[in-house]
Amino acid sequence: MKRFAIGKFTLPVYSVLALCFMLIPIVYTIVFSFNNSHRSNTTWEGFTFDKWLGVCNRPDVCEALGNSLVIGAVSTLIATILGTALAIGLVRYRFRARALVNLALFLPMATPEVVLGAGLAGLFFNAGVGAGWVTIIIAHVMFCLSFVVVTVKARVQTLDPVLEEAGRDLYANPNQVFWKITFPLLLPGIVSAALLAFSLSFDDFIITYFNSGDVTTFPKYIYVAAARGVPAEANVIASGVFIAAILVVLITQIRGAVKRKRLLKSS
Amino acid sequence: MAVEFQAAGADLELIDVRKEFPGFTALEDMDLHIPAGEFFALLGPSGCGKTTTLRIVAGLEQQTTGQVLIGGKDISGTKPHERPVNTVFQSYALFPHMTILENVAFGLRQRKIEDPIKKATDALNLVELGHLAERRPQQLSGGQQQRVALARALVNRPALLLLDEPLGALDLKLRRQMQIELKAIQLEVGLTFLHVTHDQEEAMDMADTVAVMNKGRIEQMGAPEALYDRPKTAFVSKFLGQSNLFVGSVVDSNANTVSIEVGGHKISVPKDRAEKHTGKICIGVRPEKATFHRDQPKLGSDHVLVGPGEIIDIRFTGVSNQYLIEIPNVGELTVFAQNVGISPVVELGEKVWVSWKVEHSFGLSDLPDGTEDEE
Amino acid sequence: MAFAAFGSAPATEHKSPVKSGRIVLALLMPGLIYLGLFFFTPLFSLIITSLETPAASGAIGAYDYGFAWQNYVTVLQSYFPQILRSFYYATVATLIALLISYPLAYFIGVKLRRFPLFQRLMLTLVIAPFFISFLLRTIAWKQIFADEGWIMQFVYNMHWMPTSEHFLGSDFAVIFGLTYNFIPFMTLPLYTTLERFDIRFLEAGADLYASPAKVFRKITLPLSMPGIISGTLLVFIPIAGDYVNASRDFLGSSKTSMIGTMVESDFLQNWDYPSASALSVMLMAVIVVLVSLYVRSAGTEDLL
Repeated sequence: MKRFAIGKFTLPVYSVLALCFMLIPIVYTIVFSFNNSHRSNTTWEGFTFDKWLGVCNRPDVCEALGNSLVIGAVSTLIATILGTALAIGLVRYRFRARALVNLALFLPMATPEVVLGAGLAGLFFNAGVGAGWVTIIIAHVMFCLSFVVVTVKARVQTLDPVLEEAGRDLYANPNQVFWKITFPLLLPGIVSAALLAFSLSFDDFIITYFNSGDVTTFPKYIYVAAARGVPAEANVIASGVFIAAILVVLITQIRGAVKRKRLLKSS
Repeated sequence: MAVEFQAAGADLELIDVRKEFPGFTALEDMDLHIPAGEFFALLGPSGCGKTTTLRIVAGLEQQTTGQVLIGGKDISGTKPHERPVNTVFQSYALFPHMTILENVAFGLRQRKIEDPIKKATDALNLVELGHLAERRPQQLSGGQQQRVALARALVNRPALLLLDEPLGALDLKLRRQMQIELKAIQLEVGLTFLHVTHDQEEAMDMADTVAVMNKGRIEQMGAPEALYDRPKTAFVSKFLGQSNLFVGSVVDSNANTVSIEVGGHKISVPKDRAEKHTGKICIGVRPEKATFHRDQPKLGSDHVLVGPGEIIDIRFTGVSNQYLIEIPNVGELTVFAQNVGISPVVELGEKVWVSWKVEHSFGLSDLPDGTEDEE
Repeated sequence: MAFAAFGSAPATEHKSPVKSGRIVLALLMPGLIYLGLFFFTPLFSLIITSLETPAASGAIGAYDYGFAWQNYVTVLQSYFPQILRSFYYATVATLIALLISYPLAYFIGVKLRRFPLFQRLMLTLVIAPFFISFLLRTIAWKQIFADEGWIMQFVYNMHWMPTSEHFLGSDFAVIFGLTYNFIPFMTLPLYTTLERFDIRFLEAGADLYASPAKVFRKITLPLSMPGIISGTLLVFIPIAGDYVNASRDFLGSSKTSMIGTMVESDFLQNWDYPSASALSVMLMAVIVVLVSLYVRSAGTEDLL
């Protein structure tokens, strides 16, 4: 492990190299989305925009994408609501079972996906519920919940309770205090949590595989296609999602930084 | 539920209020009456219960037993948003996601008062911040934020305004300025102010009445001058200003004075300034009322004289010099001498006598810690 | 912990008021009931299933309730290689991930503190891999290290490896994939802890004549333990349960099968639910033991 005195540049250089290493598969995937592949997308056959322009020429890819988006949206909505409530309850109130609740919320994050997937599949099977949309969404909400709680909790902890007291002092009833003071201030954390939940849901494979029945999500499509060759259209979609996600994050960061700079300057 | 604008300040009454937390009692049998339109200060060290009292009046805490009445109406069980009370918080608690104009207008909007923006603008102008109305709290300095917090509370014309150490975060000069402004606003608007602070100078300067709290109880209450001139307990004598305290058994008592004997010296206090007249009592005197002499002075029975003693410390504080004098069998005395031009040329170790007028002594109702009655 | 990095949270925290009551229940109940129904019940049902016996009817996939403890023995015996291999991979991958992530997290969390914009940008790059499907990331490595790819061709040409041997399908390839995929999970908790690390400790150490190496060993390392432990917890077990990297279609071969591979095949292909469940339960038991050890020493407040 490097220490901070061995050459001022070792650490920065190492970090940049490490990050480049992390990005290699991403670059590879994006590059190969432009591959003029015919059957399998394993060797380079020339540069083309065709796959980008005609991404839904393979309908099953787009269908899988559509399914993933819908499932992601619904799961995110449910998980965010449940998780935000949990986070507020955990931070703002003292109650005896707190340690247990913390533990109960942590366990899903540390549990391997095979266990969660197999367990849920067994449960649905025993309950006579057929695998499909409902079971996927239930499963996705399940594993996203803890991550939402962690993210929102961090934000709630920075919220000074005195602001809510001030609201009550200024004639706002508890309902108004929540919507006019608490919620707006928590919103950045809630949004981060929702984005995180959406990414987790969109990218999930193992749990979905165990519980999806006939419904194909984007990762499931890729897994099944991996044996015979993943088509370049899948790369196109993945690259598109990646670029969109990175843009969203970058724009948020830059906007936040610009806002902060403006605030500081005019004071 | 609309809370009406008050025509003027209302009075506050706490009857037998007690607040218990698991493990300790924060307030014990508090009885308090603040007349309408008065500037009242609750003074005490941290942990004495003054902030708890404030929060109970605001409704942010519920008392364990006892009643709270405002303007004669029992509001003991009501919620904060139903009380005609507003608080200026120690950390100002300005909403960071709103402009200061919206902050000030917040209470008005909740009560559905007409024309909240105009009223909020007027309030901001009153504290001379009208030109910054569109800024966010984070863009303002501490002093400006404090004024916004004040405007936000005042604009609601509450019957009672609670101030929780609002000047604590300001530097000295700004604090002095705000003290003057707060007092001026209070007089102009005619509201009742309840000001909680641990700064005794602030309390004495601004308040009509000061209540000194210690360990959940009010030890003494009254006008600042009266409290300062005649503290009644050891705690008050030490918390409000400084005191020299002497403990001894009463050895002489005549029509006007009571005297104790300490280390061979007779220390007297007028009967009408002493809480106790028999047994072991404590008599005190303020350091600025005492003077020291290089040679033993000839003084009448209207003075107390102790000495000789040795100067063991001299501190220069600009306005005055503080001398610490050790007198055998009596203890250490502090004497303040104002620097009126020529400071007496004394040095450490010099032998001096200390005297003061008997009429400046005060007699306490209790004894300082550690000297309790052993008989 | 890890994801606090993205809550846009400054470091100040406020004490929560001493309150309890009906509101707590209303807030906590929906989420907790959900957890109870869809996390704990499935686990419980796994335990029950693991004890079932083949049905008297002999039909495939049909089982009767029972107390067949010997299922566990059978599973342990038949899948011992996979179990051993899984924990071997997990240990190696976790260690390497830690070694790779720590300097990165240190750089971003400590060295870049004065440049918050850069900090955020680099953090974004750390989590960027999350935004590309992890299957595609793994496939990318598979294609990069394919025998026909230029890396392997180079290796063969340099005679560093005989052409009869391959990178793909080896333990090394699987560990490589696992490490790669889980580096962000290790970096984020480390980052969160290091980000809050008070640099003045380092200054105090230097002031007290400690060399940089000593400062690291005696101050930085111990104080970053919470991050190291959360990172390890978040990485070790999921790796042990993974099977995609080790799968034949990705970076592995039939010789790199792990616990997860067995669970998947037993559950979805052989319909051998008791075996799959027993394996899952054993894996879960290891987690519970590890997490309990952690909680016993550090409490639960830092878990989330």
